[in-house]
Amino acid sequence: MALLSNAAVLLGKELRTEFRSRELLTTTVVFILIVIVLFSFTFDPTSDESRRFAPGLLWLAFLFASSLMLQPCFLREQHNDTLSALRLSVSDPFAIFLAKLAANTLFLLLTELLLLPVFAVMYNVPVLHVLHWLVLVFFLASLGISISGTALAAISAQARMRELLLPLLLLPLLTPILVASTEITKSLLDRAPFVQWKGIGFLAVFDLVFLTALWLFGEYLLEE
Amino acid sequence: MAGAAVLFLVVAAAYASFYIAPEERTMRVLQRIFYFHAASAWAGMTAFSICFVANLLYVWRRQEKWDALGVSCAEVGLAFTTVVLITGPIWAKPAWGIYWTWDARLTSTFVLWLLYISYLLLRTLIEEPDRRALLSALFGIFAFIDVPIVFGAIRWWRTQHPAPVIMGGPDSGLEPTMRAVFFFSVLALHALMVFLIVERYQLEKMRADFEIVRREAEAQ
Repeated sequence: MALLSNAAVLLGKELRTEFRSRELLTTTVVFILIVIVLFSFTFDPTSDESRRFAPGLLWLAFLFASSLMLQPCFLREQHNDTLSALRLSVSDPFAIFLAKLAANTLFLLLTELLLLPVFAVMYNVPVLHVLHWLVLVFFLASLGISISGTALAAISAQARMRELLLPLLLLPLLTPILVASTEITKSLLDRAPFVQWKGIGFLAVFDLVFLTALWLFGEYLLEE
Repeated sequence: MAGAAVLFLVVAAAYASFYIAPEERTMRVLQRIFYFHAASAWAGMTAFSICFVANLLYVWRRQEKWDALGVSCAEVGLAFTTVVLITGPIWAKPAWGIYWTWDARLTSTFVLWLLYISYLLLRTLIEEPDRRALLSALFGIFAFIDVPIVFGAIRWWRTQHPAPVIMGGPDSGLEPTMRAVFFFSVLALHALMVFLIVERYQLEKMRADFEIVRREAEAQ
């Protein structure tokens, strides 16, 4: 219980820090927007073509964006060495991870939902009738990205070339998320939409496996 | 001495796969690359598994030797996986008509290869030895956990690789001589793998010792 209340307090801190400046959210939204526009030049975005290619490029854009967005979550703590203070303030370091990954999931989900209408309009794919399923997929995938991304951001923050390193560590690790979410999104945007329960279960298993790994090994990631 | 024995085994395996194993009916001489290709894949997987165990032991025990073993296994495993990724397309082009297909085993081997490249890259970017050992061990653990998930994902959603002939379904299996030659190749390449890991491990130890001497000299 102490773990959850600690994490809740820290989550409040994460959200306050971000919503004071909103710099992370604005830069990520603009980045994804640029990628979506640039991708439209690589093929002819008619409705049928879009149904085939758009889910993949949407997820690729989200993945690239997240590898940039997750970067500052530990770098921010380094400037004034606030990480040591955080570590002293909680009894279980997993609370720090829990707060950061919850905040990251929220930020990712927010940017994805902001950009979904833009995507739907620009690529001619109706999304309203399957919106609730898309939100579920967005949530599960963002959670998976945030869990593994927060862990790897803690690693890359302690290395040289950290800005370049995180995408190199994170993107190959996220292959399963990319494959699964792209396929689920494709079946949802189909002319005859259907829900791939198998895929949703798969995302949930990914989240669970990496959450367990983070719970087991998280404290070592923050060792001085 | 050990080197000579390993060399003998590898040469004997090459001889066996070219002259002792019978010719396969449809693929002819082409199939002979299988003894080298699949056996390297097994050796690479064994090396990565040892790497995973070494990573866990480092996090638990914090002894330098586990870090040295981890990096040695990762490099040797990467070398074997590179052989797999090169011999695969050589076989695939005449057999399937294409060099590469994004099938489950090819793609997950490629992702596995990328993950361990990242592991070695991460090591070059952290100066302090203890921190490098701990953080790369943790990344190694995450990477190894990811491999079966990657395989599952690609297998579910896209899949041309021949079905497993070893430990596959009831209709699978190898002709007895082929089987014997194959397992002999597996043995030879595992011997080579162990030999390379031991050599690499000793090199890593020497590097660590050298680093201590260099620091002492600098301090004076």
